[in-house]
Amino acid sequence: MSTKFAIVVFPGSNCDEDAYYAAKHVLGQRAEYVWHKDTSLDGADVVILPGGFAHGDYLRTGAMARFSPIMQAVRAFAAEGGPVLGVCNGFQVLLEAGMLPGAMLRNRDLKFHCEHVHVRVEQTDTPFTLACRQGQILRLPIAHGEGNYFSEPDVLAALEANRQVIFRYTDATGNVSDASNPNGASAGIAGLCSESRNVVGLMPHPERACESIVGSADGLVIFESVVEGVRAGTLSRSTSTGSALQAVG
Amino acid sequence: MLARVFVTLKPSVFDPQGQTIADALHTLGYAGVGEVRQGKYFELELDTAEAAQAKVLASEVADKLLANPVIETYRIEVD
Repeated sequence: MSTKFAIVVFPGSNCDEDAYYAAKHVLGQRAEYVWHKDTSLDGADVVILPGGFAHGDYLRTGAMARFSPIMQAVRAFAAEGGPVLGVCNGFQVLLEAGMLPGAMLRNRDLKFHCEHVHVRVEQTDTPFTLACRQGQILRLPIAHGEGNYFSEPDVLAALEANRQVIFRYTDATGNVSDASNPNGASAGIAGLCSESRNVVGLMPHPERACESIVGSADGLVIFESVVEGVRAGTLSRSTSTGSALQAVG
Repeated sequence: MLARVFVTLKPSVFDPQGQTIADALHTLGYAGVGEVRQGKYFELELDTAEAAQAKVLASEVADKLLANPVIETYRIEVD
């Protein structure tokens, strides 16, 4: 049984096709687009909130998208422990929706960064990193103007204590430095998970790095992780029992 | 009734746009300008003649949408 990906399409999403292509054509899984006005995820195993500029990013990035009708279904899916991945604008939507803590500020240099960066996999006990090695360095593209992750110091401390920082910007050898931080994000945070660990957001674009012909295939492991988890039954939603990855709410 | 909502970044949040504007003003010779903080301004036409009611409504929409409490605060004027 293949894994079914639901890819949410907001007006202004522009990485939805890349995510669909990665899921369906690179990984050979099932994938369906779900329009933001829909109210059902139609039995999906995984939900992807793709990159882009949902609702034009008017007011703040992701600020309007959280009120789209489909978000109620996404919240319910996440509350049951279903794996949700927010990429770039999808990460911003998860922050605005309060499904992940913190907020995004303009990049510290006010420039839109479109380049490949390195991130270190900090934790492997999430649905999207379970096939990674702890400390694995991934070379992934970024393309954003507002990826400067911000949280108050007490929230940052809690994120570290709970091991919720999943990806951190580093240099090619895995060292965290100011020079390897493309946007000024607090603690070099490139990606986070929820306390329940099943909701993950990251600024880099793994769906744009699934084949070596496009410069990197390092993003593939993120999608392979969730496919492996669904296949193994370790990502069962809260209706079933006994899994380290099962959500608690 | 008109409500004016001023949304600004919290003091603890770095404002790179404000910093750049301050730098530009210094380049233009305005040495007397110190720190600059950029914010957002909204005018809301409200279907009420009660100032108190207008303020409650404006606060509600500011909390819900206009400001992100993680990084921003707001101030409301009604008239």
